[in-house]
Amino acid sequence: MTTRRLFLKSSGLAMFGVGAAPLWLARAADSPSARKKVLVAVFQRGAVDGLNVVVPFGERSYYALRPTIAIPAPKRSSESAVADTAIDLDGFFGLHPALAPLRPIYDAGQPAIVHAVGSPDPTRSHFDAQDYMESGTPGRKATPDGWLNRALPPAGDGNKSPVRAVSLGPALPRALRGHNDAVAINNLNEFKVQEANGAATFENMYASTLDTMLNGTGRETFDAVKLMQSIQAQPYTPAGGAKYPGGRLGDSLRQIARLIKADVGLEVAFTDVGGWDTHVNEVGQTPGAGQLANLLGNFGQALAAFHQDLGDRMEDVAVVTMSEFGRTAKENGNRGTDHGHANVMFAFGGGIRGGKVYGEWPGLAPEQLYENRDLALTTDFRDVLGELVAKHLGNRRLAGVFPEYAQPRFRGLIAG
Amino acid sequence: MRKVIAVFALVVCLGARSPKLSKDEQVIHALNRLTFGPRPGDVEAVDKMGVKKWIDLQLHPERIAENPELAQRLAPLESLRLSQADTERHYPNPQMIRAIAAGRQPMPDDPVTRAAVERVMRRIKAAKNGTGADNGPLEPVVPLEELLNRDQIRTLRTGNVDQKREVIAAIPADQMDDVAIALPPGLRLQLLPAVEPGLRRKLMLLTAPQQLIAFDLSEGKLYRAILSNRQLEEQMVDFWYNHFNVYLDKGADRYLVPTYEREAIRPHVLGKFRDLLEATAKSPAMLFYLDNWESVGPAAPPRGNGGGNAKRPVRGLNENYARELMELHTLGVDGGYTQKDVTEVARCFTGWTIRQPREGSDFLYNDRVHDKSAKTVLGVKIPAGGGKDDAEKVLDILARHPSTARFISKRLAQRFVADDPPQKLIDKMAKTFHEKNGDIREVMKTMLTSDEFFSQSAYRAKVKTPFEMIVSAVRATGAQVDFAFPLANQIAQLGEPLYRKLEPTGYSDANGEWVNSAALLARMNFALSLAQNKVPGSKLDASQFSGDAGEVARQILFTDAKPETLAAIEKQAQGTANAPVVGLMLGSPDFQRR
Repeated sequence: MTTRRLFLKSSGLAMFGVGAAPLWLARAADSPSARKKVLVAVFQRGAVDGLNVVVPFGERSYYALRPTIAIPAPKRSSESAVADTAIDLDGFFGLHPALAPLRPIYDAGQPAIVHAVGSPDPTRSHFDAQDYMESGTPGRKATPDGWLNRALPPAGDGNKSPVRAVSLGPALPRALRGHNDAVAINNLNEFKVQEANGAATFENMYASTLDTMLNGTGRETFDAVKLMQSIQAQPYTPAGGAKYPGGRLGDSLRQIARLIKADVGLEVAFTDVGGWDTHVNEVGQTPGAGQLANLLGNFGQALAAFHQDLGDRMEDVAVVTMSEFGRTAKENGNRGTDHGHANVMFAFGGGIRGGKVYGEWPGLAPEQLYENRDLALTTDFRDVLGELVAKHLGNRRLAGVFPEYAQPRFRGLIAG
Repeated sequence: MRKVIAVFALVVCLGARSPKLSKDEQVIHALNRLTFGPRPGDVEAVDKMGVKKWIDLQLHPERIAENPELAQRLAPLESLRLSQADTERHYPNPQMIRAIAAGRQPMPDDPVTRAAVERVMRRIKAAKNGTGADNGPLEPVVPLEELLNRDQIRTLRTGNVDQKREVIAAIPADQMDDVAIALPPGLRLQLLPAVEPGLRRKLMLLTAPQQLIAFDLSEGKLYRAILSNRQLEEQMVDFWYNHFNVYLDKGADRYLVPTYEREAIRPHVLGKFRDLLEATAKSPAMLFYLDNWESVGPAAPPRGNGGGNAKRPVRGLNENYARELMELHTLGVDGGYTQKDVTEVARCFTGWTIRQPREGSDFLYNDRVHDKSAKTVLGVKIPAGGGKDDAEKVLDILARHPSTARFISKRLAQRFVADDPPQKLIDKMAKTFHEKNGDIREVMKTMLTSDEFFSQSAYRAKVKTPFEMIVSAVRATGAQVDFAFPLANQIAQLGEPLYRKLEPTGYSDANGEWVNSAALLARMNFALSLAQNKVPGSKLDASQFSGDAGEVARQILFTDAKPETLAAIEKQAQGTANAPVVGLMLGSPDFQRR
């Protein structure tokens, strides 16, 4: 800790040349262990098939609708069959077998699962639905900013870390765009101008340009670059023997964990993982194999590694997953599913009370389906996100986070 | 004199909503929008010809003599010219190689490919004899450590290009194949700039034949953008490929994309929209990407020979293509269609499929799986029994629909004019689209000759895409590119992996998509690397730039740099060499806009 304090104090002075170090740097140096509550949002782009992720095996219609791609109900009798049957959650719902890596998380009384949840807008366009879910305003295209940016609790002017809001990847997602500073980081170690001389000149250029767009992003970038230097100086080893899987999600979560543990002021983080648009061959030769199983295996391993890596620090961190819409209740002609409506979300960490599937189950009988084809919606995604923003991040002014959705119905994921 | 007039024109126009550009600004503006950035001499050439005449010439690429260097650069990129079937034979993937090894497919004729296949077959056999697993990764037979000494390996890992060249030159010819296979993939890629194109190709072919297709595509796209004299045509190919996006890494599309771009996109970029739409609709690449090849009507016979596998799925409708066809390719999401229309269009397209790979993977209409009953699309009745023509009728309806005219016009204006183009301009373009029966050249002409195009509010209003930023840097500095692939890697770092946009939306044309911290740093780092010749395969001669920072800036921007930009350079680096100034200018805010 001493080293980091020293670093912050000296670099604060050195980097800003004339004048005092900005207040957030000074405060961070004074209270290096000040922990922040962090909300991590994971977006599954392409519309994951929630009905095969958290399987309603107690529902007969599920098997009627999906003769070749349903996940069989749990069987306890024979060990060998386990890999190809759902993992029982409560006698009605079960997890896809590829999500077995999540076991340590639900052994810890988590995650909370919300089913039949999603956006009330009827669109089945990936683009529009993602846009609505990220703006937090279904049906309204003109919203200029994203819900996760607006979710940041108000901070005093001098107390803003440049990395309060971070997305992992080469682009800043819609969810994080907006009034509060937010940075996209592709790779923590390479997040810098490779050459010191060039760095100083570029910083000056972007600080003084009258091009407002490039000026704003440039300023945010160089503030964040300075802060990252302290992290880059030390190699990172995940704690608790956590093993992140290969691929984008594991890599992103690993870096988010690193940022959280470095106490640099991170409050909201966003990452995404694609490939869920399973129109064809969603399930392989056996129910536990195939496209969806591969994706879920990686997904489960990445979340489990993050949970393991953060250890006790998970008290401060809440992770929530989402996807733009669900998929047709009935399988299509190619052992896949087409664009549907309601879906499933996971949340764990912080004070989240898991081990339970939240939300009313609408059923899958023909008359219960949305537009005669999709899982109906009983929980608005903003109910889930709103509860996390209010109770975990402590930003109770939800009217500013989800305008036009004045009274989210909290599901009790977190006490209070 | 001209400056005086320009200033006068500006003063006169002040107060108007969107003042017109000065003559100098018009030249640079047209170059910035129609090309991938001006090269030295371009401004003078356009000025001399006159902007209007030059734009008209760019709208007729067939009248422009092509740069002979381009043909020379494209010559080795063989996969760009092959038919779909030949592509698969010449650049076999591991499954194909196993099929050849098992005698299920013939040996390739091409001697290099044959050697590659034989090499891999030997490895499969060795793996079989060793562990018995022929499904595992293709391990090298001879480890690298037995082929090269420790110093050589270290040089290959960390040496500069010249040092690597020396090591390669010292490898006996008969060991080259073994070395190529033993190299870890990352190192193999690093080595490519150090070898001549022939060996480079062989290196890749001997190790991962299939990768050569992606490699050729990226190189071809870059060489064309950098070198072609038909710049607008290349801009249009980029625009339409992105509009009708296909993701290269989805299964068979790895083989189908070169033909797709060459035969479905390129011939129609300034032609009739209906032709372009049909070419994409019938292209195996699109049929595969959006799953229509597997979509069948209710009466379709079950797949396979029946019996055998009891789990053989019942096939049916897949609406993926139908939806994107309307949302992304023609009407736009607000174009006035319903879920019912999506399903009806999908039914019309049943039977539009692809031949077996061994029969060439071409378009095939299979009447046996077509949904033969009547349909209604956007209120138009399509009677039963129309067969293949059902989908043709859908294409007619969509291509003629007013929403399509507006949507395509808006997309073009967002690309070439501004993120939020004036409605008046979109209306004018849509009118041309309608009156000229979807003639893209005419719509482009309406746009490129409009007052809105030559207005101050459009001037420098667009942030360059990563592809534009990198190509324009190469063009502005006249950097010599002998190996373009590393530039493609840089473009991916900036956020736009070529041919690898997974979603059917394609990349956004909005500024906000490209301006973020990670991408901005990547732009600055690329700029410095290029100027200091640290980008493998590209060589920039900094000595050509002379004068103070302001003059160097003018040689790169073809206009004056902003005073703030120059002040930052002068503050930091007084009297330094040219290379840093070149790099700083390429990474400056000024250079990020077009």
